[in-house]
Amino acid sequence: MTWEIVIGLEIHTQLSTQSKIFSGASTAFGAEPNTQACAVDIALPGVLPVLNKGAVERAIKFGLAVGAQIASRSVFARKNYFYPDLPKGYQISQFDQPVVGQGALTIQVEPLSGNEKPYEKVVRITRAHLEEDAGKSLHEVFRDFSGKGLTGVDLNRAGTPLLEIVSEPDMRSAAEAVAYAKATHSLVRWIDICDGNMQEGSFRCDANVSVRRMGEEKLGTRREIKNLNSFKFLQQAIEYEAQWQIDTLESGGKIQQATVLFDADKIETRAMRSKEDAHDYRYFPDPDLLPLEILPQWIEEIRRGMHESRESMRKRFIEEYHFEPYMANSLVADRDRAVYFDSFWKHYIPMVVGKEDSAVSGANWAMIEIGAMLNLSGLSITQTPITPEAFAVLVARIVDGTISHKIAKEVFGYMWAGEGSADAIIEAKGLKQVSDVGALEKIIDEVIAANPAQLAEYRAGKEKVFGFFVGLSMKASKGKANPTQLNDILKRKLAP
Amino acid sequence: MPNQSPLHFSLRQLSSALQTKKISSVELTQLYLERIAAYNPTLNAYITTNAEMSLAQARHADARLAKNNSHALPVISNLTGIPIAQKDIFCAKEWRTTCGSKMLENFIAPYDAHVIQQFNEAGAVNLGKTNMDEFAMGSSNETSYFGAVKNPWNHNVVPGGSSGGSAVAVAARLCAAATGTDTGGSIRQPAALCGISGIKPTYGVVSRYGMIAFASSLDQAGPMARSAEDLALMLNTMAGFDERDSTSLQRPPENYLRDIDSPAAGKPLSGLRIGLPQEFFAEGLSDDVAQAVAAAVVEYQKLGATVVNISLPNSKLSIPVYYVIAPAEASSNLSRFDGVRYGYRAKEYSDLTDMYQKSRAQGFGAEVKRRIMIGTYVLSHGYYDAYYVQAQKIRRLIAQDFDNAFKQCDVIMGPSAPGTAFNIGEKSDDPVAMYLQDIYTIAVNLAGLPGMSIPAGFGKNKLPIGLQIIGNYFSEAQMLNVAHRYQQATDWHTRMPPNILNDRGALT
Repeated sequence: MTWEIVIGLEIHTQLSTQSKIFSGASTAFGAEPNTQACAVDIALPGVLPVLNKGAVERAIKFGLAVGAQIASRSVFARKNYFYPDLPKGYQISQFDQPVVGQGALTIQVEPLSGNEKPYEKVVRITRAHLEEDAGKSLHEVFRDFSGKGLTGVDLNRAGTPLLEIVSEPDMRSAAEAVAYAKATHSLVRWIDICDGNMQEGSFRCDANVSVRRMGEEKLGTRREIKNLNSFKFLQQAIEYEAQWQIDTLESGGKIQQATVLFDADKIETRAMRSKEDAHDYRYFPDPDLLPLEILPQWIEEIRRGMHESRESMRKRFIEEYHFEPYMANSLVADRDRAVYFDSFWKHYIPMVVGKEDSAVSGANWAMIEIGAMLNLSGLSITQTPITPEAFAVLVARIVDGTISHKIAKEVFGYMWAGEGSADAIIEAKGLKQVSDVGALEKIIDEVIAANPAQLAEYRAGKEKVFGFFVGLSMKASKGKANPTQLNDILKRKLAP
Repeated sequence: MPNQSPLHFSLRQLSSALQTKKISSVELTQLYLERIAAYNPTLNAYITTNAEMSLAQARHADARLAKNNSHALPVISNLTGIPIAQKDIFCAKEWRTTCGSKMLENFIAPYDAHVIQQFNEAGAVNLGKTNMDEFAMGSSNETSYFGAVKNPWNHNVVPGGSSGGSAVAVAARLCAAATGTDTGGSIRQPAALCGISGIKPTYGVVSRYGMIAFASSLDQAGPMARSAEDLALMLNTMAGFDERDSTSLQRPPENYLRDIDSPAAGKPLSGLRIGLPQEFFAEGLSDDVAQAVAAAVVEYQKLGATVVNISLPNSKLSIPVYYVIAPAEASSNLSRFDGVRYGYRAKEYSDLTDMYQKSRAQGFGAEVKRRIMIGTYVLSHGYYDAYYVQAQKIRRLIAQDFDNAFKQCDVIMGPSAPGTAFNIGEKSDDPVAMYLQDIYTIAVNLAGLPGMSIPAGFGKNKLPIGLQIIGNYFSEAQMLNVAHRYQQATDWHTRMPPNILNDRGALT
């Protein structure tokens, strides 16, 4: 019997606003408990919510990025339930009228088993809505006088803006779910609406998992795995859950709709509450907030201010710059890097006309070199002291033979230190490669003359000695010799 | 000159006396504090007074009045130095703010409501926090955890509610003026029952920030005072856009005295069309009230107004609609009182759920619990469409009725309440009879319109009767003028309850 796994994800992304969705308190992570909770966040009597425009703007950006309809009118609703980390006794969310409607995301799936090929898939997005986060319960952190564990409540997180992105049940494996989660993660960072920090809880997934017999059209009963905050847990939880459901059904059991938690230590899922004791949240429109009206002009303004999409850039890199798909994929994994190299490339191409073969390896060198330097310095690509244009000149000097890779590395160091442009540094420090055959022959003649014993060894068949002569000649040229020419001349002169 | 006591001064007269140093704010505040000490044990109009804090504000006001026009202190306003009673629904920094509930018996507000802030900036003195029905749920002030309030006209009857404490404080001259809030009639009905004036402005005119929420889409604060002119002065301070309340309306500031202050030649209200809704004069209205309202309308005709008969066909549904929407919102608004962060927490409990249940069961009174249950029910899965959604539809029809009516008339008049004040305890066991107290006022809240009540006579039992005036959106200045011209021609609003001027407080 073969089974089909059906997965839909609800992803909570924390929006990167400075202040909370309905109050002026800061959203910064890691402050002392309850120091970033104002009167509104702790729900003092009489306080009222005021919507943060920045949160709406980010939701609109997301909607545009997934080609969704932005609702001209959406409504905030109250989701009522009691819990100590929910100060008002209700969460302000959106229910039947969300700000972002149906959209879609194209994902690249890397199957988990090595023998399948990567493929592309479109996952439909049902909706995305704005809501506030709850606070955090700190269990067993405090003790009373008798030593009994107490639960504390930290409301710093309460009121943090979230965009909940709900997908259709379009995924058919843990690999697809992970690919979709990763694509979403990369997208929200690409469009600058979320920092994507999963350790700090800025990006969390709930997975709705069901199974059905292959060919069956009706969906099976689903169970929802809550709060998965790493791609690894997402994969493990879905794999475990799907297998558990299959085993249960195959042994004649039935699946009950339920909410389950994933235990990362035991790598298993456990039911938290069943449908029977599910809350009745008594949603109704929040009378403290007017319906959210979004004018087309505002949407257009946001659209104009948005970066080129990742997919468009990826395609352009492959089609215009003839990058290998893997290389294009790697470049667009981070928007700042992609933007930097896009600009680099635009300056670089006209400088290396006619030398396209070595141009690509030059660009590869550039990416590796700057990556290493950024790692070393701890800077991000937006902070690099070398502009894409200046960097393009340096790499072009390798391609046109002015300097070797080795010298280029040296020049790169000087540029990083702010000593000027590549050409100015090469000129000032006399680093231009010596390609003058006469000058090279003279240097080589002197080296050979000074080392008769080694010459004899080489001519007796000890070819390793060739490297000895290369090293000495290069040293004598102060590293400026064109390595290819040096090799050619040496081979000729050393020949018996 | 009779009535030399500042107790009888209008707010403008008081302001003038303060500015010309005929009296200081400290003296005035003392006078009222002494009167409160004398009368409050009987009337129970105030839940909290704090002489030290009130007098500190009075001293500050006197400093402002002394150095008027200097740059060191803010310029004085019409209310600088005037002692105002604040309904205990407004959070006032460092003041105990109970909302009439055991739940908040010991809650000291850490911040000022927008209304309180406006009064503070104007230099008014906060004289104390007035009694009210618990969480503003009631029409008799009997649901207050701090005990019933007595009507100064007759200690056996209720003052109305929920702003009963404020109404009594104004009627018994225990403050110069007071604030109230009106969700279904809570300013107008007690104003009527206590023989004072009160206005509920258009929804959104006064910020709700810091006003403890009962039903957010209906709650609106407004002033309660002895005359329409005083109300206008108070409203000038209370109204205004506040970015902390998303339902606050962004409009240019208004001078609510402008119509009152404009001279009238000949008949002051000539051209005014008064709409009389047939539904307001049907079954359920007492004869006393019907006659008083009719007499008032005759008076208005003398002032130049004409009368149009109108109909508000859906107004009969306003009570059932209100008792779906208001409890629904309240059930959610009151969820924050859970014993976790502030407010009452049960002494003993076994676990979290038990803590919630016991704290709320013990901290809330019967009427509050009744409304939380109704509200929870109407929002529940399977009932929401039948109750809440239907109620919202009818609410729109009710508003539509008013829109149609205002095509035919400028103001609508009718009774504020079906009868005069009833006996304490008379309706406490019959919630529906109590809810019917607001039959003429509730539709106004549902439509978000401004409404006011002014004294218009007395019943056979010598208890006051109120005339309700309903205006179109943002017509407060006009309504206040309509009330003012009546008060120029009549003296109902100057009548005082018996035995409220003892030998100490009577005259300065």
